Amino acid sequence: MAGNLIEFKDVSFRYSEQDPWVLKNVTFTIKEDEWVAIIGHNGSGKSTIAKLINGLLFPQEGEILIGGKKVTEDSIWDIRKDVGMVFQNPDNQFVGATVQDDVAFGMENRGITREVMVERIQSTLEAVGMSDYQFTEPHRLSGGQKQRVAIAGVLAISPRVLILDEATAMLDPNGRKEIMQTVSQLQSKQGLALITITHDLQEVVQANRVIVMNKGEVWKESVPREIFTEKEELRKIGLDVPFVTTLADALKDIGVSISKEPLNHEELLEELWTLHLRT
Amino acid sequence: MDITFENVSYTYQRNTPFEHKALEDLSFHIKSGSFVAIVGHTGSGKSTLISHLNGLSIPTDGKVKVGKYLLTHDEKPGDLKELRSKVGVVFQYPEHQLFEETIEKDIGFGPENFGVSESEIKERTHEALSAVGLSETLLDRSPFDLSGGQMRRVAIAGVLAIKPDILVLDEPTAGLDPRGQKEIMDMFYRLHQEQSLTTVLVTHSMEDALKYADHVIILNKGKKYLEGTPEDVFVQKDALKQVQLDVPEIVQFIASFNHKFNTSIPFSNQSTEQLAKQIKQALIGDELE
Amino acid sequence: MNNSLIIGQYVPGNSIVHRLDPRTKITIIFFFVFIVFFANNLPSYAILVAFAFASMFASKVPIRFILKGLTPVWFLIIFTFLLHLFVTKEGTLVFDLWIFKFYSGGVIRGIAIAIRFFLLILVTSLLTLTTTPIEITDAIEDMLGPLKKIKFPVHELALMMSISLRFIPTLMQETDKISRAQASRGVDFRTGPIKDRIKAVIPLLVPLFVSAFKRAEELAMAMEARGYQGGEGRSKLRELKIEKMDIFVYIIFIVVIILLFVTRTYG
Repeated sequence: MAGNLIEFKDVSFRYSEQDPWVLKNVTFTIKEDEWVAIIGHNGSGKSTIAKLINGLLFPQEGEILIGGKKVTEDSIWDIRKDVGMVFQNPDNQFVGATVQDDVAFGMENRGITREVMVERIQSTLEAVGMSDYQFTEPHRLSGGQKQRVAIAGVLAISPRVLILDEATAMLDPNGRKEIMQTVSQLQSKQGLALITITHDLQEVVQANRVIVMNKGEVWKESVPREIFTEKEELRKIGLDVPFVTTLADALKDIGVSISKEPLNHEELLEELWTLHLRT
Repeated sequence: MDITFENVSYTYQRNTPFEHKALEDLSFHIKSGSFVAIVGHTGSGKSTLISHLNGLSIPTDGKVKVGKYLLTHDEKPGDLKELRSKVGVVFQYPEHQLFEETIEKDIGFGPENFGVSESEIKERTHEALSAVGLSETLLDRSPFDLSGGQMRRVAIAGVLAIKPDILVLDEPTAGLDPRGQKEIMDMFYRLHQEQSLTTVLVTHSMEDALKYADHVIILNKGKKYLEGTPEDVFVQKDALKQVQLDVPEIVQFIASFNHKFNTSIPFSNQSTEQLAKQIKQALIGDELE
Repeated sequence: MNNSLIIGQYVPGNSIVHRLDPRTKITIIFFFVFIVFFANNLPSYAILVAFAFASMFASKVPIRFILKGLTPVWFLIIFTFLLHLFVTKEGTLVFDLWIFKFYSGGVIRGIAIAIRFFLLILVTSLLTLTTTPIEITDAIEDMLGPLKKIKFPVHELALMMSISLRFIPTLMQETDKISRAQASRGVDFRTGPIKDRIKAVIPLLVPLFVSAFKRAEELAMAMEARGYQGGEGRSKLRELKIEKMDIFVYIIFIVVIILLFVTRTYG
């Protein structure tokens, strides 16, 4: 069994004494090479979790351990080596003058030698499918391409966990697809933990586990299939359930027996097919 | 107001090495009072198209008619200000256009520019604020104190206060969470019906186009690719696939179901419940044969 | 939409001049600016003109781009020429009409000054035409390196420059976007009295500043998350290397200087 990579123990956070709590008594663990999706409406505290993990913010109560190390002012530089983050706005995280400069930025910060940088730029750009754009300037790239470059920049420092903090929120459907494909390939190949933070339930289907946030608290934690059974509640906390699960419910309502909560079209069709053979 | 495009082309930086054709020989007609969805990829010319609706761009070739206003390359355009007071545009991330000290001033900014009287502006501000679902107590606050979702509502109220006949929406829900998206779209749909507006929605979401529009135009590389009612356009799975566009999920599912069960359930913009019934019937009917 | 945007006046190319180390180019231009003022007779001017034109042809930058770069300064060149023409009262009278009295000395000096001016601008614009802003930044960071010893923030300055350059297209797009949005709300940027047009800038500037600050904040956070802690202990991907070509060009330039001093007249 893989060990615990990230541990939140009773973590509470607020920006100042006058402000309401953004996170309240949040506890969870994330294992090595696990894909966890954190979902919730805007303002549910999900992005705050990401910023706490790599010490961009510190909790007032509770503690956070990354690979057994507590996140403190003194440990953040080590921790940021293990935790890679991609943010929401593709433009506001692109530092370099060209694609290769941007991928190099994180490595330069850590004093990695030029030979190693050149090699890793090649391999990480290949991993995200951006090899053809090594010398391209950012304003000639689409949002999805910029985000893939950001992922390459993170991979180049070989972190133990990659956090995508609403990295697809500003992209068009094709950009979103590009990122989700890239990410699922990476996760299966590179053996790193993955945390995707999103408000789109479509994007949690592939995750191993889902943490649903509501008003700063962990509302539910389970596998995707389990989460989707609670449609009414999900809608109540501002989320939307995928079409297949809605259809499955409508079928159940009129007496078609669906035993397993479907995650995609194929599963529902398969279920209907077995039903069809039995009748 | 009716909108007509006649063989409209638009070229950026014509006669330079950077010449770029954004629209090419585009013709269509939008009837007054309809809700039109314009769908296409980033770079398909959607943004250029909507900038012709209020004269921000003038076609390099062809004619654009919006109500009684005519926009062509040859003639000097008439009163653009008057046209802009009739066509309200909600741009992508409209909250980026906020600038006044108070929410009240920002909402009143458009009407003031168009010469609306002070008392009328007050009235419109209150109306617009309630239309977007914000409390009047906010009026004296700075728009920059609000949350992102509320800022967007203020910006939308600023466009509604112009009282346009045509409402142009450029991906108005980008970046919002599902509840926010639904609330905003439902609000626009309500306004569309209550004030019999002509609404032009630019969107990536096939689901929204299906749900709200009565007419769909698909753009690809600056040209009209498909046009028609949602029922007609969205069943053309292969054609859409060719330009890397997805059909709405329900259409996709019906197609897969028909294929697998050798049935022919038609797509008629039915609800999920109606579809469930049709599926059940198909399964049972099959058994009776 | 903004794909055509060229930052500065850089003209992409692969000529000898493009490939030179930016430090070589800056050094040579720096000294060229000095030696231009040492020319004082026809042969010495000929040498400088030859060097400048040779560089221009070697850069393979189309002449029209170079002329375009010169347009704003033609006026200055002509103005200085005329100034000398009117003020200098040396040599023989060559032209006399009403109040216009031109002397041969004035004509010669006017031409000389105009040539100096023209050469200075030609050579400096060759730098920006053949070197990307980011290369210039790299070169400046490297050449100012010794100042780090007296705690001058060389790295920070260079980073600021390169990030500003990186964000120019982004902010231009943003400006375009906001001005369209405000024009749709009835702002008229183009016509009307000056007072109104100045007022029309406020709805454009405020959102631009708000957004620039937000971007800066997010960028700072992204940089921190990627382990940025200032210049210390950083390595660099971009590398400046003096190649054989650079040494060759330096030698040519030294020869030019020697020739200049040989041909110039003393006293």
